[in-house]
Amino acid sequence: MSDKKKVIMLGNEAIARGAYEAGVKVSAAYPGTPSTEISEYLVQYKEDLYCEWSPNEKVATEVAIGASVAGVRAMSCMKHVGFNVAADPAYTVSYMGVRGGLVIVVADDPGLYSSQNEQDTRMVARAAQLPVLEPSDSAEAKEFMKLAFELSEKFDRPFVFRTTTRLAHSQGVVELGEREDVEDKPYEKDIRRTVMMPANAKMRHIEIEKRNLELAEAANTLPLNRVEMKSRSIGVITSGIPYQYVKEAMPDASVLKLGMVNPLPRKLIEDFAAKVEELYIIEELDPVIEEQVKSWGIKATGKEIFTVQGEYSANMIREAILGEKPDTAAPAQVPVRPPILCPGCPHRSVYYVVKKLNLHVAGDIGCYTLGAVAPLSAVDTTICMGSSISSLHGMEKAKGREYIKNWVAAIGDSTFLHTGVNSLMNMVYNQSAGTVLILDNSTTGMTGHQDHAATGKTLMGDPTYAIDIPALCRAIGVKNVTEVNAFDLETLEKVIREEAAKDEVSVIITKTPCVLLSKEKKPLYLVQEDQCKKCGMCMKPGCPAMTKRENGTVRIDDTMCTGCGLCKDLCRFGAIELVKEGDR
Amino acid sequence: MAGKNIMIVGVGGQGTLLTSRILGGLATAGGYDVKLSEVHGMAQRGGSVVTFVRYGKKVAEPIVEEGQADILIAFERLEALRYAHFLKKDGALIVNDWRIDPIPVVIGAAAYPEGIIETLKKAHKVYTVNATEESKKLGNPKVFNLIVLGIAAQHMDFTREEWYDVIADTVPPKTVEINRQAFDVGYQLA
Repeated sequence: MSDKKKVIMLGNEAIARGAYEAGVKVSAAYPGTPSTEISEYLVQYKEDLYCEWSPNEKVATEVAIGASVAGVRAMSCMKHVGFNVAADPAYTVSYMGVRGGLVIVVADDPGLYSSQNEQDTRMVARAAQLPVLEPSDSAEAKEFMKLAFELSEKFDRPFVFRTTTRLAHSQGVVELGEREDVEDKPYEKDIRRTVMMPANAKMRHIEIEKRNLELAEAANTLPLNRVEMKSRSIGVITSGIPYQYVKEAMPDASVLKLGMVNPLPRKLIEDFAAKVEELYIIEELDPVIEEQVKSWGIKATGKEIFTVQGEYSANMIREAILGEKPDTAAPAQVPVRPPILCPGCPHRSVYYVVKKLNLHVAGDIGCYTLGAVAPLSAVDTTICMGSSISSLHGMEKAKGREYIKNWVAAIGDSTFLHTGVNSLMNMVYNQSAGTVLILDNSTTGMTGHQDHAATGKTLMGDPTYAIDIPALCRAIGVKNVTEVNAFDLETLEKVIREEAAKDEVSVIITKTPCVLLSKEKKPLYLVQEDQCKKCGMCMKPGCPAMTKRENGTVRIDDTMCTGCGLCKDLCRFGAIELVKEGDR
Repeated sequence: MAGKNIMIVGVGGQGTLLTSRILGGLATAGGYDVKLSEVHGMAQRGGSVVTFVRYGKKVAEPIVEEGQADILIAFERLEALRYAHFLKKDGALIVNDWRIDPIPVVIGAAAYPEGIIETLKKAHKVYTVNATEESKKLGNPKVFNLIVLGIAAQHMDFTREEWYDVIADTVPPKTVEINRQAFDVGYQLA
């Protein structure tokens, strides 16, 4: 028995712990579900390392590359779509190799719990020729992080560390280890490795092709790829979370569990395939392992019986391979419960006004994406971070100045600083017109309240300069910059109406903090039933704290109301009364 | 001691994450292998959320699948109905008898099902409490989930002291006392 301390850890916490134990000195990230908590757990080790929220994933990855070039172990963390933003440095650092070990942690989201697409990071990593490790539970997440740094330095390759939502947000038992004392390497100028101009990059490409072949060879004997030989009638090649589903569904099957999913251990796979009668390849999302294995002439079954969408389960595997259907009752037919803007959310009143003015909304990525659903139904487009402003500009160029007066762009403060700011530069530079609403709630909301460059606080908890967003917009060249309280309906309506009518770029900043940030005592409003005329006006913005009684009058749930007063402002009959004062 | 498959279902923002931390801490302290699976991010904004807790000698997958739950803890009636088919035939269903309308009901596009508790009782062992009202009596409606856990505790093999310890380790220090009181309310109801 080991006397090491065992604790229960979230996958993301275990990744942070692994980075700490591996002696990481620098980590940079932009929040994104399901990767966010890695940095939030890492900051507890701030005595021993530096970590930050960067404005976006490209910046974060470049920070990590700089730290690696300088000679320390470094990493960046992001969600799968963030890896697209970081693709530029990622593809090229693949050529450069590393000095201090370098790991890019990327979290995929099969089933789209909190994402705009279901892309498979292993595909991106293969395209960038980056090796990929993938753990199956919290314990492995911690150990594999340490391995990733070791292998990164040994093979001179940056590593991608791939997780999925289920791994990132599952807890499991982890055995704590000590932090490795990794000595800083001295910086050595070697522009053949660090200046990626054509002549150097050409040579590095040859070099990394060689390194990848060495790594693929080594993968045949690395312990993180392991064979669990049992019955030979069924053999399964799998990795990550699906490994757990396989063990649950078919405990007697032989399994080749891959901890490194790029490059693949060809010899190990060929040997395993030769030993089993039926070979299955079980991987969520794309057939990354399957297509390679089949290209080697190995007969296997994979996506013929498994989907490329969503998460898998043991029941799914039992049904697809063993033909066993679980004996369970059918699910009840009940109304869906999709996510919605919280009671008291400042985005709600902004969308209410925009809808009232009959404007279309080019939307963006954040809580305010939820303005797309009924009853607000205010948002027309959502693509990716920062796209609201640039797509508004595209519409203006397509249809002209008069047309764009029917539209606004809506983007949050954190998303604006992520990439939206570039799009705003483009609008001014290319002489666009159009109105941009920056819904400034003083935080990165959807991911659970992370600081950013305009909040005045760093991830490490230090006070810092807070970017002045109105001044930034003016510096870019926007002449019309207005700040409004999101709950001041009258002013908000007047300002949006006036700005949208202009033939220039306008920015309206609705500056009201996220309701979940405030710890102050909140006021409470209730409906005086005998005063309620059942007109339904107060229900229009779709506040979840409000429901209709059987007699048609409106009831406010006193456990949910946060006292924003939007419903009170909308009631023409004075039926909604403040019953408890608050500090809001 | 046998392991258990437990699910906690509710509406995003109701504190399912805190509850799962308590159950995870309890099972770890009891020397079990434990896996939990939670929902973070967008769904937490008022959506339907599920937390899985599995403990036993050795646990592989971190989720509980249809027909495998020993205990289903529901923080809201409609969510109890939504996930009831995850229960084993003799599983225990513990329901906070409280209604939160989902947005299709708020806007009149769907009706909130009538007689949920009666429907559930036809197929399952159901234990109900209006924990939200009970917790208001204690002075803090947020501790309702501990009342529900107090009932669930009667279907698990941990002592009241073990529960007390893990509550103290998990909740903010200032709220330990009221959370213990809330747990007791449920524990004594069961």
